[in-house]
Amino acid sequence: MMNQKQNKGWLYLLPAILFLGVFMVYPLFDVFVYSFEEGYNFASQTYLGTGLYNYSYILHDPYFLQAVKNTFILVVITVPLSTALALLISVGLNSIKALRDLLQTIYFLPYVTNTLAVGLVFMILFKKTAYSDGLVNLLISFFGGNPVDFIEGPYWAKMFVLCLYTVWVVLPFKILILTGALASIDQTYYNAAQVDGTSRLRTFTRITLPMISPMIFYLVITGFIGAFKVYSDAVALFGTDLNAAEMNTIVGYVYDMLYGDSGGYPSYASAAAVILFAIVLTITCANLLVSRKKVHY
Amino acid sequence: MEVILQHLTKKFPGRSRKNPEEVTAVNDFSFTIPDGSLLGLLGPSGCGKSTTLHLISGLLAPTSGKIFFGGDDVTGLPPENRGIGLVFQNYALYPHLSVKQNIMFPLENLKGKDKLSRQAMLDKALEAARLVQIDSLMERRPGELSGGQQQRVAIARALVKRPRVLLLDEPLSNLDARLRLQTREEIRRIQQETGITTIFVTHDQEEAMSISDLIVVMKDGVVQQAGKPQAVYDDPANLFTAKFLGSPQINVFDGEVRDGRLLLGGDAVLDVPGVSHRSVYAGIRPEGFIPDPEGPLACGLRGVEVMGRDISVLASHSAAAAPTVRAIIGAKHMAGIQGTYVRFALQPRKVFLFDRDTGERVPFQAEAVE
Repeated sequence: MMNQKQNKGWLYLLPAILFLGVFMVYPLFDVFVYSFEEGYNFASQTYLGTGLYNYSYILHDPYFLQAVKNTFILVVITVPLSTALALLISVGLNSIKALRDLLQTIYFLPYVTNTLAVGLVFMILFKKTAYSDGLVNLLISFFGGNPVDFIEGPYWAKMFVLCLYTVWVVLPFKILILTGALASIDQTYYNAAQVDGTSRLRTFTRITLPMISPMIFYLVITGFIGAFKVYSDAVALFGTDLNAAEMNTIVGYVYDMLYGDSGGYPSYASAAAVILFAIVLTITCANLLVSRKKVHY
Repeated sequence: MEVILQHLTKKFPGRSRKNPEEVTAVNDFSFTIPDGSLLGLLGPSGCGKSTTLHLISGLLAPTSGKIFFGGDDVTGLPPENRGIGLVFQNYALYPHLSVKQNIMFPLENLKGKDKLSRQAMLDKALEAARLVQIDSLMERRPGELSGGQQQRVAIARALVKRPRVLLLDEPLSNLDARLRLQTREEIRRIQQETGITTIFVTHDQEEAMSISDLIVVMKDGVVQQAGKPQAVYDDPANLFTAKFLGSPQINVFDGEVRDGRLLLGGDAVLDVPGVSHRSVYAGIRPEGFIPDPEGPLACGLRGVEVMGRDISVLASHSAAAAPTVRAIIGAKHMAGIQGTYVRFALQPRKVFLFDRDTGERVPFQAEAVE
């Protein structure tokens, strides 16, 4: 009886297992294999030998190192910044009554807007063309500053735009999650705090934050993973030749190695992907360890 | 601390354009709660009892009327400045804090000259915990406690600042039947030990009757009757109070008074001197029936429930409002109850007459009959 039940269960799972196995697990496994095969060729399905040469190559490739540096800067800046901003906006939204629905909709708009369309808007804001310096530069000039080329100019300016863009794109989802979490806190906790004469700041730090800490933690973990995988955002802003723009990311590097102008190197791409996997795994484990101590119930 | 409510009224605005009528949750509530007493606010759901409690706590502001604690007018004060302790229906214990942290939470909010040292806070928290007998559970989280223990923590947290008035919102509704009995004794004990004026809200008449010094019965925002529990039970002001108090419920009959006698379904069952010719509702408490083969009230016999000390006779009568008339009689009368009908005599003090239209009590001289 029990056995029959189990068989039935496995039967129901079979389509998903087959699908995931063929399109997720097998390729993952394959990437590991590729990353140790030197000079693998798609067309002839041959390789020269096995070893750590691919890893050695990409770790000495300045483009890869640049991509790693860019990705880390992006992650370190945008994840805390976007989470903090989202928290601030959600708490604000939660404490007002008038216009709340309207503002919530406005904050959510970037989420349903196409990445490339948003990229276009950023172009209008930041790109220097023959006709205009971009809106932001107009503002800078208006206040007496020197215009900066944000798209093709200095590294920090480009990184600034990329971070701003990333924060702006990930904000709506975080606000959505956090406003939901805030709304689900039982109002009587706040009544109890009020009766006890709790200050607003203390109510926030001792009641609100702990209550939504599981959600914040969820956002930080998915935020880290998402930021490590940024690629299309950079393309939307700086075009497909990211190496030349010094704005490549790790995923961008993997893509270039496969299909880019300098592409056709599945072995190098696999090695880079495995390194990215290792980085994300490490960070996520570290996150989990921290959360055990900090996240309540 | 004496609590005085003067013409307290709370109106809530209409919900929407479709439903614009404002709702009067509490209507002209005036009452004085003596210092150190335990008051039960009693009524069915939606009668305004919780709203009244929240008005006293300051979480809601009254539309009109005033609230005094002793000589102080607290009507305009926010809850934190009223010196109240409030126990919520769902306890509202902070789930991420330990029992100790929960109880200390109100103390940690104190500022300026009231600020306590860490040690003083711990001492006070422990003292409050001892009072409700949870001092062995201080390091646990609320999620690791039973419902009754959580209730005690909530009371300890409300008491730790030594409030002038303690307010309890449906304190027993989340507990199972056995724990409820135990906890209500506990609330009584704590209240008597601390001497803090306590107001609690309940829809359970038994709960209110058993531990309150005074009860206030409410319906639709209006106070129906207030007084000592036994007095309200023995002398209900109207049909609502008579029906609301007492378990099993009072039996209601369509009756008529003619020539100073109460007629139920045509039979004269009781002398009611001083009442003029009129139609009435007659309420008879279950314990007001005396089995008597010669008795004037004849009922069909539907069954008998044995409860040990007493037995409950289920009868029927053509004039009764409900299909079943329930009489509670001593077990020694058991032998006489058999066959298809049963006859009762009535105890005049357990019979109440009410006006057909208003439901107001129509008094008669019960003493004259005895």
